[in-house]
Parts: sequence; C-alpha cells; structure tokens
Amino acid sequence: MKKVKYRHSAARIVFFSVSLFFSFNALLLAQEPDDSPLSEDEADRQETVQGPQESNVEAETSGGDEAAGKELFNTLCAACHKLDGNSIGPPLRGVGDRREVEWLHSWIRNSQAMIAAGDEQAVEIYNEYNQVAMPPFPQLSDSDIDNILAYVNAPKAVPQEKQPGAEAAGAGAQGGGGISTDILLGILAFVLLMLLVILYLVNKTLRRFAAASGVELPVKEKRGKPIWKSFVENQFLVIVTSVVLVLVGSYFAYGWMMQVGVDQGYQPIQPIHFSHRIHAGDNQIECKFCHSSARVSKTSGIPSLNVCMNCHKSISEVAEGTATEEYSKEFYDGEIAKLYDAVGWDVSQQAYTGETEPVKWIRIHNLPDFAYFNHSQHVEVGGIACQTCHGPVQEMEIMYQNAPLTMGWCINCHRETNVRTAGNEYYEKVHEELSRKYEVEELTVAQMGGIECAKCHY
Amino acid sequence: MKSLFRKTIFFILALSAVSCVENSKPNYQYMPNMYETVSYEPYGAYEVFVNEQEAKLPVEGTVSRGWKPYEYENSPDGFATAKAELQNPLPYTEDNLAEGKALYTIYCAVCHGDKGDGKGILVEREKFLGIPSYSDAGRAITEGSVYHVMYYGLNAMGSYASQTSIDERWKIDHYVMYLKGQLEGAPEREFEAEGTETEDINEKEENLMPPVNAEQTMEVKQSEPEGEPIE
Repeated sequence: MKKVKYRHSAARIVFFSVSLFFSFNALLLAQEPDDSPLSEDEADRQETVQGPQESNVEAETSGGDEAAGKELFNTLCAACHKLDGNSIGPPLRGVGDRREVEWLHSWIRNSQAMIAAGDEQAVEIYNEYNQVAMPPFPQLSDSDIDNILAYVNAPKAVPQEKQPGAEAAGAGAQGGGGISTDILLGILAFVLLMLLVILYLVNKTLRRFAAASGVELPVKEKRGKPIWKSFVENQFLVIVTSVVLVLVGSYFAYGWMMQVGVDQGYQPIQPIHFSHRIHAGDNQIECKFCHSSARVSKTSGIPSLNVCMNCHKSISEVAEGTATEEYSKEFYDGEIAKLYDAVGWDVSQQAYTGETEPVKWIRIHNLPDFAYFNHSQHVEVGGIACQTCHGPVQEMEIMYQNAPLTMGWCINCHRETNVRTAGNEYYEKVHEELSRKYEVEELTVAQMGGIECAKCHY
Repeated sequence: MKSLFRKTIFFILALSAVSCVENSKPNYQYMPNMYETVSYEPYGAYEVFVNEQEAKLPVEGTVSRGWKPYEYENSPDGFATAKAELQNPLPYTEDNLAEGKALYTIYCAVCHGDKGDGKGILVEREKFLGIPSYSDAGRAITEGSVYHVMYYGLNAMGSYASQTSIDERWKIDHYVMYLKGQLEGAPEREFEAEGTETEDINEKEENLMPPVNAEQTMEVKQSEPEGEPIE
C-alpha cells in the first residue's frame, strides 16, 4: 500500500479525510510569516538608501542619459562585459573612477589602434584579458559613449543595500514554513495518543474512586439479543455480506497488484536541483536543445555538462524574479555552483580547472530491456510532442514520471494515434493498400502493425 | 470507551499507511531480474567504470563513422580564414532550408530570435544580452564564419558541435544566411535542384561528434581564447 501517486483506493479517501482534519493546521502556519515586524524597517532602510544614491548619480553622470546608456550597453557591450564580475572582458561598473574619460572614449572607438600605438594602460588590459580584441565602435557618437559611461558608473546602491532586509524577510518566511509537515503530524499523533491514555487513566481512576466510595455506576441495560448474534443467525445476510466483502476486497487487491512495478509519479531527488519549470517553461527553451539525441537516437540522453555550460558560463546566478516562495535565489545560485563544481569551472578566473566529477543523475523513466523503445522514431518520424508521454514538463519544478509506461498504455496510444503519412513517398503504396484493406482514410499505428508483439519484444 | 479506543487505533493505522506514500523511491517490482538487465544501461552507474560512470568519452584518437576533420583551428586566425574561404557544401534546396529552419528553432532561436534579429526570448527576459542581429554590418557574417562559430563558439556563445552533426550545422547555416538576407531585404536566393552532390555528401558526412575529448576542447579554449578579429 505505498509509493504510488495515483491510486484509486481507500487510501485516497482516508487521505482526504486526514487532510481535512489537519487543514486548520495549515491555516495556522500560513499566518505566521505575516507577523514579521520587518516590513516597516525595510521600507525605512530603502528610503534612506534611495536618497544618497540619487544625488550620487546626478553628481557623477556629467550630463549622460542613463536609460539610453543602458539600452546601448545591453545591445553592444553586454555580450562580453558584465557590470559586476568578470566575463570575457572586465567588469565595467565604476570604470569612470578607474580611467580617464578621454582614454575611455578613444578605447571604445578603437581599442586596437591604441594597443598598436603602445598605450601602456591599453596594452596592460589587453594582456590581462587573454589578448581578446574588443571590436571597434566607430558608429558611437560622443554623447552615446557618455550615456553608456553614465549607465556603468551608476553605483549599484539599491539592490545591494536592499538585500539584508529582503534576506531577513525571506528568513522570516522560511522560519514560518520551516517546520516540516512530517514533524507536525508526528507531534499531533503523539498528542492524540497522550490524550487517549489520559482519558483512559482518568476514567479508570474515577471508577476506582466510585467503587471505593460505594457509588453505584449506572449499568447499561442488556438488550434481549446482541446484534451480531442475530446477524450470524440470518444465513442469507451472512452470505450476501461475505460475497460483497470478497468482491470489494478483490477489487482493491486487483488495483493494488496492478500498480506493482509501475513507477508513475516517481520523483527522486536529483543531485542538482534542475528546474524544468524555469528552463523549459519560463525561458521556453526547446526540449531538444538539451536532449538533442532524442532526435537521432534510441535514448533521449541526459545532457552532458558542456551543454549546461554553453549558457551557464554567462549565467552564474538567477535573476531576482526567478526565486519562488519555496526556493530562494540563494538556493538556485547554490545549485548553479554545484554545476560549476562538477564541471570544474572557476568563476573568478573564468576558466576550467580540469577537476571534474560526474553528476549522478537519477534515471526516472526506464523501460525494462525486454521492451524496445526508440525516441527518434517517435520524436522525429512520428512527430510526437515530448509532453505526450512526459507530461507537462515545462511546469515541473521537480521532474516526475507522468505516464505509467505500461504495455497497456503504449498499446492504447498506438491504437489511437494516426500515422503521419503525408510526404512519405517511399511508403506511399503500402499506405494506400493498408488504407484500402482497413477501409479508412487515416491509418493508426496499430493498423500499421504497431501492436504486433515482435515490434517491441524480440 | 472501548469503541473510541478502537477507532483511534484504526485512525492511527490509517495515518501511518498514508504517510508512507513516498515518491522518491521506485515502486516494488514483481520480478526485479526481469526489469534490471544484465547489460549496462545507458548512463548507468557501475563499479567497473572510472567514477562508476557508464557514459564515457571516446578513446582518444577514435573517429566516429563518417566524421570528417574540421580544418580551421579555434583561433582568431582560424576564424578569419574560415570566414573568408569556407563554403557551404550542401546545395541550397527547399528541403535543406526547411530542416535548417526546424533545427534553428530548436538551437538558435531562444537567443537569436525567430527572425535572426538577436531578440530571442532569452534576450527579452534579459538572461542574455548583447546578441547582435545577423544583419550587423560590423560583423558581416558569411557561411564560413557562421559554421565556424557553431563549431567552436565565439565570445559568450558556446560550441554546438556536441548537439548537432556536420550536415545539420550546414543546414542551419543555410537558414541563418537566409535570415540575414531577409533582414537586409536582399532578393531571395533561388533554390538549387537536388543533385548528385547531395547524396555524395550525405553518404560521406553522415556524422557526427568530433573525436576530441570534451576536456581537450576545454583546454584548447582555455589556452587559445577566441576573440573577435578586427574588421
């Protein structure tokens, strides 16, 4: 009676009643974070921060337009420069403090000319960043460059100072939801048990007192015949009851036995918390971007870490908006750090250290070897969407097995799915004859022989 | 009293039964040796392997069938030569373009945008920034440079050699050049007839992964960082 997500059995009914019973409990929990007294403090702090920051900007910009600068920065510079932290080029925040404005202007216009001319600073930075040449930007006007500089020179005051408040608030929320439901259930069960024991003991003691002081306890009158006796004597009723019991029992027994070996709902905890919701859902990255071998091979493939690093070389932390109530930004950043550890990527040096270790992903979908399944046949030839079998992966924070992956489930789909015959000239004749044979317009996979035993078992 | 006691016991039993539903472990199996095969499963963990890792890199120096070496090296010089002289060996046909489009949608469009204007969903969501349009005059991409960048990566873009085959990259190349033409408003290139040349290429260049080990690629990248040559 365990380990299965979708079972239609008494367990579910019991579960519902139990959850109803404990729902007030959740209400209690939900209210806690609201009590946090931080919100006022936070607002205060933000205000104090905002004031000086604004004046700072005005002092430093020297007439540059920050908004226009941001746009230019994002289109022209951001491919190689981050505001904070190394990328292909150096971090640019506060670059105005480090270099002369005229120097920056000529560098941005044509850095290679400066290097060729032997400008000391230019050669130094060129060598420091592995002699990667920065392309010239002759199209930028003086005011364009001023705008960009205004944007990069703006201090990062707001997000930095805001963090302690936000963190504290997050911690408060976590403290509220921190106690796991398991512990709560355990405590409740224990309290219930204690209550029962106390009740029993109190009752016993009271009775003893009554006996000692000679009080006569009212005794229940005995009815003529106990109900079970009359039940046993009525043979018809006994037979009907036992038949019903046997039927109901075998119904549940059948249901239970049918789920043995079916891993529907299997949701293991992976070594790195990879959120399909963020990647495939929010960012709409194609499944086959990472699982590229699903197009051409039997297995869909667990992407090797170089595929992760194609993007995560540049993305070392998640955006503020990515964090959810359940998983904080720090949590997600930690998971990206795990990837860096495994692949041996040194963020500060922006280079591979060469020390790698495998990530032991836990396989979820697995067919036994006696059943043949080929991904490319379904994905490329059949044009079946990944979600048909794997469910709403783009909504899964933690991946689980959506389909039962039983033979009945396979065959059912083969009976219902039509074959894509359009544009397949090679098999045109076969398709035509089969259509005539079955007198149908569209052939199903089953009519093509898709439920022959030897198609999958050989 | 007694009935209440019994009810409680039942209740506790039911509670314990329900609380045991656990999805982090696979279910029981009737006959596990029917499910768990003797042979090694893809990506399995087995003690015989280094790091217990079944997924292994090819032995150094092995070449997969149909693989052809890529002659240009991963350096600014290699990039410049590839940009100048490398030509797309696949004919420009409707099929190749359609397949290129499908692949482009999978691998490139998230950043470069469906139209190739550098405004993909990841750029809109500000995950990646500074992705140029294909019509960017300063870059002036060519068939050769597009292929070279797909093969080795450039700046923030990584290599896509592990996810695509030689043929597939050239198909994407066709589509990228098509998008560039669209962006620049150039007249559409006429399709070529499918000739013998195609079959020849398909036979020879069926595939696939480069024979180098992943670490080596990383090392190469490390020692010879790719930069943008001066135009």
